[in-house]
Amino acid sequence: MADADLRAAVAAGVLGVEEAHRDLLRSIADTARAIFSARASSIFLLDEERDELVFEAVSGEGSKSLLGRRMPSDTGIAGWVLIARQPLVLDDVGGDPRFAKDVAEATGYVPSGMMAVPLLHGDEALGVLQVLDRKSSRFSLAEMELLGLFANQAAIALHLLGRARRARKAADGDASLAPIARLAARLETLPPERQQAGLALLEALERVLAT
Amino acid sequence: MSAADDQHEEEELQAWSLPTSALGGISLPAALPERVTRDWAWGGSTGAGARVCILDSGVEAGHPRVGALEGAFAVSVGPDGEAVVVEDTVGDECGHGTACAGIVRSLAPDCSLFSVRVIGSGFTGSGAILLAGLGWAIEQGFDVINMSLSTTKREHAPTLHELADRAYFRGTMLIASAHNMPVESYPWRFSSVTSIGSHELPEPMTFFYNPSPPVEFFAHGVDVEVAWLGGATMRTSGNSFATPHMTGICALVMAKHPDLTPFQLKSVLHATAANVGAPDG
Repeated sequence: MADADLRAAVAAGVLGVEEAHRDLLRSIADTARAIFSARASSIFLLDEERDELVFEAVSGEGSKSLLGRRMPSDTGIAGWVLIARQPLVLDDVGGDPRFAKDVAEATGYVPSGMMAVPLLHGDEALGVLQVLDRKSSRFSLAEMELLGLFANQAAIALHLLGRARRARKAADGDASLAPIARLAARLETLPPERQQAGLALLEALERVLAT
Repeated sequence: MSAADDQHEEEELQAWSLPTSALGGISLPAALPERVTRDWAWGGSTGAGARVCILDSGVEAGHPRVGALEGAFAVSVGPDGEAVVVEDTVGDECGHGTACAGIVRSLAPDCSLFSVRVIGSGFTGSGAILLAGLGWAIEQGFDVINMSLSTTKREHAPTLHELADRAYFRGTMLIASAHNMPVESYPWRFSSVTSIGSHELPEPMTFFYNPSPPVEFFAHGVDVEVAWLGGATMRTSGNSFATPHMTGICALVMAKHPDLTPFQLKSVLHATAANVGAPDG
């Protein structure tokens, strides 16, 4: 395992990464909804292994029971946005009954308007963020810029957490390294004096291994 | 004409130097006038004769705002990475390609519209299909290819660059959506492509040249009423809708001046942009 991955694995051991992942997604959806005074916001993440989009977080209106729902990665607006790497803003979506039904199936209710933006980091496409029924009636380029900037920030956070997640999986699956991640997690929970003692022991171990 | 014939013809036409004896053979009829005006560029044109390709999610043929298609194709990738192109019987399952086709039709009502669908085989293979579809579309000799799509995969950038240059020298104008997010994506950044961002004016025929590229032109891309699935319409915003406005304008120009090269066409767009000089009408 690369040095960087090992450090990430130790960090993952400390972080409680799964919980952090859920919190982060929820926080991104909440913030997107607040920025645009929207009725709802949702996040789809790409599962590259299965080539599917997974409905991972929702804020505001929409059924929480849809969380975890999967769909083919090229389906509907989210699929187009993901593949084209381009944000889209749609209003008056109710004019197309089939489209409205598709959106309702993916989000839990029928919005009248939506913004969808790809979550991109480097050359990775991580997923799609949707903002439904924003308050302002006429869309502006300033909003588009804001959407792009926010999506970029969200993608950076998701990328970092994704890396920690993968590292944790790798560490868990690697018998020789798993104890190190567990040790880091244990140290983190100790009272200060015992933590100091533990660290001193580890430093001694490091010196022994270096000789 | 088959791709092999095309290749042969291209080889015959390529010149690597200019001996004096060949001077008489390179006289070209399509000259720009002393002053390129909008009236000269597309006055009276309906797009008739211009061949436009929508490389996207497919197009709903027969939509009131789209009308008939001259051809609809779907692209997949074969076992050896080659493009497999079949007649598209699926159409558009997203709506975006139909929206683009409707915009082009609204500006160039008599142009010949073709759909090349490169979406519908999942995310994983989408980059390879995009390359295969673009390569195939370039071989067909369209006047304009509308590409509201981009990729962030760096591994695809060199091939896209080659394809964009190939289109440029074959006489096909590639009109591509620029990105308004802080990420690297392709092919819109290449200079052999004409890249499009959005302005906020509600004016479909108004476009601006950007003196600070890589985004080269700004077209109508905010609050655009577009065709959507099932004969419906929708209001939309995004560079991916500004792009077909420029494609429609290019179709008008190419219908009136079919011999223009992409190099000349881009010059015409520059000369007729709302912020350049004081163009007529």
